[in-house]
This record gives sequence, structure tokens and C-alpha cells, in this order.
Amino acid sequence: MSAAADALSDAAAPPVRSETLRLAGPRALVLESGQALEALTIAYNTYGTLDAAKSNAILVCHALTGDQHVASTNPLTGKPGWWDLMVGPGRPFDTNRFFVICANVVGGCMGTTGPTDIDPATGKPYGLSFPVITIRDMVRAQALLLDRLGICELLCVAGGSMGGMQVLEWMASYPERVVSAIPIAAAAKHSAQNIAFHEVGRQAVMADPDWRGGDYLSAGVFPSKGLAVARMAAHITYLSEAALQRKFGRSLQDRQTISYAFDADFQVESYLRHQGRSFVERFDANSYLYITRAMDYFDLAADHGGQLASAFARLKARVCVASFTSDWLFPTVESKRIVHALNAVAANVSFVEFDTDKGHDAFLLDVPEMHAIFRGFVDAAAAHRGLKAGG
Amino acid sequence: MDRLRVDLGIIAGMVADGSRVLDVGCGDGALLKHLAATKGVDARGIELSQAGVNACVAHGLSVVQGDADSDLADYPSGAFDYVILSQTIQATRHPRTVLQQIARIGRRGIVSMPNFAHWRMRLQLLLGGRMPVTRALPYAWHDTPNIHMCSIRDFAALAGELGLAVERAVALRGDRARDVSPSSASANILAEQAIFLVAAK
Repeated sequence: MSAAADALSDAAAPPVRSETLRLAGPRALVLESGQALEALTIAYNTYGTLDAAKSNAILVCHALTGDQHVASTNPLTGKPGWWDLMVGPGRPFDTNRFFVICANVVGGCMGTTGPTDIDPATGKPYGLSFPVITIRDMVRAQALLLDRLGICELLCVAGGSMGGMQVLEWMASYPERVVSAIPIAAAAKHSAQNIAFHEVGRQAVMADPDWRGGDYLSAGVFPSKGLAVARMAAHITYLSEAALQRKFGRSLQDRQTISYAFDADFQVESYLRHQGRSFVERFDANSYLYITRAMDYFDLAADHGGQLASAFARLKARVCVASFTSDWLFPTVESKRIVHALNAVAANVSFVEFDTDKGHDAFLLDVPEMHAIFRGFVDAAAAHRGLKAGG
Repeated sequence: MDRLRVDLGIIAGMVADGSRVLDVGCGDGALLKHLAATKGVDARGIELSQAGVNACVAHGLSVVQGDADSDLADYPSGAFDYVILSQTIQATRHPRTVLQQIARIGRRGIVSMPNFAHWRMRLQLLLGGRMPVTRALPYAWHDTPNIHMCSIRDFAALAGELGLAVERAVALRGDRARDVSPSSASANILAEQAIFLVAAK
């Protein structure tokens, strides 16, 4: 057990173990592109206790800029876990009852192998020589982790946005290992509009002179400005017009009148600048390029002969597809496409849409109805699997 | 468990243990919950109102938001042992197509419906000259969701046209149920609602 287990003393926060798995060998992880990683480190957190039958494991998949610190203080930012409303003692994913695992994705920058790591072939940081990774590669790495933990079957695999894409990939690639699944605010393929937004972000990073063709680590610099702009643009897509209007309107920041200049006159500008500034302190620029690319490449139907339903042909899991009314990045229609494909194979599917103005990021926020429904869903899956009711 | 509505109890009695069931228009999921709890049924639902869907899923039921008219086409043929359409067919835009889909998706269909030929209906229209309003059909003509009313004999005729065998017909008068012939003229006058078990011939 690691030192991080000291969180045991805090009644509100679940006891957490922060661990790393190291796999070595010329083909430690064979990638969808045909390339391979010679060494693979997976940084992951676990919460709760795995039962003797190893039947109470829940895998949480994080989104583009998320990490493994799902329900415990993030050591880098000091902020609470990004999904501590969902995961913890007495939460829907009740860590008194379930064993919750969350791993940093391949290509990430929070301990799992990514472009900031040293390339064993050159002894220098990978930078852009890191192979392009896909959502399927991320999921394959998670499956390797579960193999090492001796977990054959997941009681539930859940995640929002890119996390939801990973959930869909789990349903398609490892149907025999999934008892239930919750893909939230996701899509079976990245839309042209979403690829376009990602391209704007990547170009902002690459346009920063400090990016240095991806080699900024060797040069001892960092493309903070480009990455901040990328984050600002992306952040708008995570909100809704109504929420922006409600939170900021045309309110001015620290002033009574407009300045006739290009300061952050408006609160919304100040807010976005803050989002950009704080993001660059915790995230790597090249990781941002690689992970956005992985999302762009995601097209589950294309991987299965053009028929999304074929991806789910062997699925036995109970699935709860969820979307939000004000999410225009991964709109409800994308979730409905997934539901139609699941219906086409008579899968055991539920579909819920939550009425909120909080936009795409709603899955991270306090939407009590969502938490009640996910609790009911996962409890039913546990009962179906023969787990005793929670105390 | 709450006591099940009489018509839902009759429907539940038609369902075999351990079967696969799709309840189209499952409302708050009372029937699905009952079937899952008492008959070990693999119970799924479709419900139009998102509030109904959310309530069902929070109770551990597998329900999707959808519409009998547009969403049944997604399902593969023979996917379920029973497809249930309770008090819904008269509210669909295309009852004929919906009934065809039910017979395609399910090995059997169970359809319950209000009987528009009930004597109270007939009397209200005959003597009052106004569109009938009864306890089974409490809506005024201008705000009713029931856009395709039919009688027991109308339904039996449609089932015949579609090549479906009526394996059982149950007529309901208040809480009293009895098996009837689908062509029975007396049932068509006396029953407030009817429940049919149909199967492709």
C-alpha cells in the first residue's frame, strides 16, 4: 500500500491507493497504428476494497483533460477529485461497497506513459516521436491493468465525454468483461464540428513559438500561450450559451465602464483567461495534441464494417446511455444513435436525458437526478450480478 | 409492492416465467417491476415521457425514451417473447403499423385497449349527441391523446387482417374480468376494456 492511503482518516474522502503498473518488453503495448510501446507505465488510483470473488470492480474512464484522481485530492492542483460527487463513501459508486479503479490514459501526462516520458530508444523525451494513440489503445492498456489486478469482469465501466468513448470501446472490444456500462455525454464517432474545434486547439499550440516542433522539453520552454488559447476555445464548447449568459451576461470585470482597449473588460473574458492559465499549470501541450487526436480518430461503426449495431453484437451488458439537453458538443442525438444501435441487437439498454443548462460539463457537476439514476442503475446491476445490497 | 392495476395483473398472468418482455409505453414501470420481481422476466421498456423513463431507470429498470410509432422499427425480429402495449394503441398515429411491428418483434403480443363500443359510449352519443366521456376514457374530444379509438370487434378484425391469431381475449367490466370470444357482440357492448393475446399464425 502506498503512502496515499493516509486519506483513510478523512471520513468524507474515500481511502485511496495511488499505484503504478510497469510493463516492459518490445511489445508491451501494441498500438492500433501498428506501432508498439516498449515500456508502458500505467498510473492509477483505486478506492474501496476488491471483494474475494473480484466481482465488485467499477472502472471509471476519464475525459480529455481528466486524470486518475477521480475521488481524491489532485496532488498537482490540490483540488478535490473530479468526480467526487459520483465516487466515494455513500456516493452512487459507493466505495464502501465497490472497488473503483481509474487509470490515467495512455498518452496522458499524469504518470501513464505519454509524450513527456523518456523514449527508451533515444534516452530523450518522446515529444512528437511518441506514436499516435487511439481510444482503443487506451482501453487495451486498461484491460492489461485489469489482467494484472486479476479482474476478469467489470461490474460497471463508466465515463463521460472521452470517458464515454472508452466505455463504448469497452462494450465493443471486451463485451464478455462488462456487466454494465454507463456512457455519458458521448458519441460513437467524433463529429466534423468536434474535429474542427480540436484542430483549432492543436493549431493554437503549434503556433506558439515555444512549442519548438514538439521539442520544448529539451529546450527548457513550454508553449503556455498556445495551450491556454486551446483550452479557452475548448472550454466554451463544454458550456452552454444559456449557462454563460446566466453566469456572466455582459457583466464587466473590476470596472464600471468599458476600457476601449483589449483588457479583459468582460467577466467572461477574465474567466476564460483564468481557465487557460490554470490549465497550462497542470497539463502537457503534446499530450493535448495526442489525446485530442485519439478522440478525432474514434469511429466505432467504421471499426465494425460501418454498422454501429455490429459493434454491440456480442454484448450482454446492461447499458445506461445518458445525455444532457444543453450539451451541443455531444448532443442527445449522438446518444440516441448509440441507443438505436443497441436496440437493433436487442441489448439491455436504458436511455436517460437530463434537463439542465449546464452544457457538456454537466456530467461533472451537481445534477442530483443524474446521481440518483446512476445509483439505481448500478445497484440493479450489482443485484443482477448477485452482490449483496449495500449497508 | 404496490397492488398492481387489474388490467396489468391480467397482462402479467399471460406472461410466462423467465421470458423476455418489452413493454411499449411502460409509464412508471409498475408492470415491468412486477414482472421482474415475481416472474424473473428480462424486462425492458419504452416510454415517451422522459420523466417516466428517469423514474424507471432510477428503480433499476431498463427503459429507453421512445415512441411506439417511430422506434419499434429498430428492434430485430423475434427479439422478445412478449411485446406489451397497454392502453397505448389508441394513442398511436399508425395503430396498424404498430401492431405489425409488435407481432414482428415479439413471438406474442399483448394489447390492452379501451372499448369504444361500451354501452355507456353508445348511449352518450346516441342520446346526448356529444362525444362520450367515461371513467375509462375521461378526456374531452379536443384534449384527448386517444386519436384512434376502436371497439373490441374492430381490433379483432384488424388482427385478422394482419394474419394474427387471437389466442386469448379478456373483457374487463370495472374490476371483473372474463375470457370472451373476440367476436362476441355482448362483450363488445358490456366491456369497458379488453386485453388480447395475439401471435402470428
